[in-house]
Amino acid sequence: MSTTILHQRGPIIQPFWVRLTHWLNALAVVLMLMSGWRIYDASPVFKGFMISTKITLGGWLGGALQWHFAAMWLLFFNGLFYLAMNIITGRIKTKFFPLTPLAVLRDLGEALKGHLSHADPSKYNAVQKFAYLFVMLDITVLILSGLAIWKSVQFHILRDLFGGYDFARIVHFGAMSLIAAFIVVHLVMVTLVPRSLLTMIRGR
Amino acid sequence: MNSFKPVKKPRLDIDRESLIIDVRRQLDMPSRRLFGQRILTLGGLAMMTGCTLVDDKSVDTFLTRISRMNDTVQGWLFDPNRLAPTYTEAQITRPFPFNAFYDVDQAPEVDGNSFRLKVSGLVQNKNVWTLPDLYALPKTEQITRHICVEGWSAIGRWGGTPFSEFLKRVGADTSAKYVGFKCADDYYESIDMPTALHPQTLLTFTYDGQQLPAKYGYPMKLRMPTKLGYKNPKHIMEIFVTNKFPGGYWVDQGYNWFGGS
Repeated sequence: MSTTILHQRGPIIQPFWVRLTHWLNALAVVLMLMSGWRIYDASPVFKGFMISTKITLGGWLGGALQWHFAAMWLLFFNGLFYLAMNIITGRIKTKFFPLTPLAVLRDLGEALKGHLSHADPSKYNAVQKFAYLFVMLDITVLILSGLAIWKSVQFHILRDLFGGYDFARIVHFGAMSLIAAFIVVHLVMVTLVPRSLLTMIRGR
Repeated sequence: MNSFKPVKKPRLDIDRESLIIDVRRQLDMPSRRLFGQRILTLGGLAMMTGCTLVDDKSVDTFLTRISRMNDTVQGWLFDPNRLAPTYTEAQITRPFPFNAFYDVDQAPEVDGNSFRLKVSGLVQNKNVWTLPDLYALPKTEQITRHICVEGWSAIGRWGGTPFSEFLKRVGADTSAKYVGFKCADDYYESIDMPTALHPQTLLTFTYDGQQLPAKYGYPMKLRMPTKLGYKNPKHIMEIFVTNKFPGGYWVDQGYNWFGGS
């Protein structure tokens, strides 16, 4: 019984704002992916490669665009809040750094052999640090390339940065594919370490 | 790790240990357990969008409201002096794609001799315009990118007169909110006044140096490189200036009204 009480009063590993922004981000990303796939199908970047409409959102191009351009606000402002809080609280420094390529490779090797420890959920291993920083960067690229496509005239610097309107679409698709791959790995890891799901829900 | 030899990997031992703690806690706190279940179920509900959320009327209303809010935001983002990129003749997409809500052989045939452009609404001069009248207006040309809402784009060459010039000649109230268009193919569309006055917004009569063919919108098409393709009306029969939101053929079905790029 004493362990139970001790556990209940244990330190908060994921503060409330991290959990809130995580789930809001998850919702926004799923909506953006599913509606984005329907928009993609209207004029595939890669001829011949279509995405099954069964897993898309919006019903038709107009509906998908409405979802996409509504969920983008959630993705944008939630992401902005998340990054700002990470910087203000210093979490970005303590949680994600130091990080070296060697440590990532080492921990990746350990993970593939099934030896990687998640014993202390308050600390990310190097693969986790890399994966979460990568996904932050990837969402940033998604938002910026999306803005370049949406407003190729007004945001001309972004348009040029992504190599013009047509190439920005390829970048947007590439970044989407990477986040889809991240989600697959992320969900596999959650099933392997179910405690991490509880931590992301109640903080401990 | 421990004094006894572990039967399984240490990682699994730790997880099992914490799992026992969790299970004990959850059994102690049925309400929190229920809450956790509900959170998980919410994710499941969200995945069922195909049969519930999408068809819901309130969701539709909500999305339409956001879309109208996006119109306002795009109005703020629109810089009346920012020019869309222009291209060389070698960069023109050939053949330039035909695109409409009907097949190319159904494009309306407008008789140029009897054609009269109507001008109505908040304008001083409501006289009709013949094609020779329109062709006598100052001429300009541009090679710009047409971006379709579907995502594809194509570069084309359009010739005509600056639309701001035309609006000046008819004495349009440029403090009004909208300019609307009625077309021979039953298409209708409307744009914001700042875009109507943009230097690259042209009332075009030619494509690639030739009289605008039926498939590209004879006798005239409003060409705006700062807007998506569906915002560029073809076969224009009437132009009106108004403060009452006129909507548009695709806009009334759910496309975003501002549709600016």
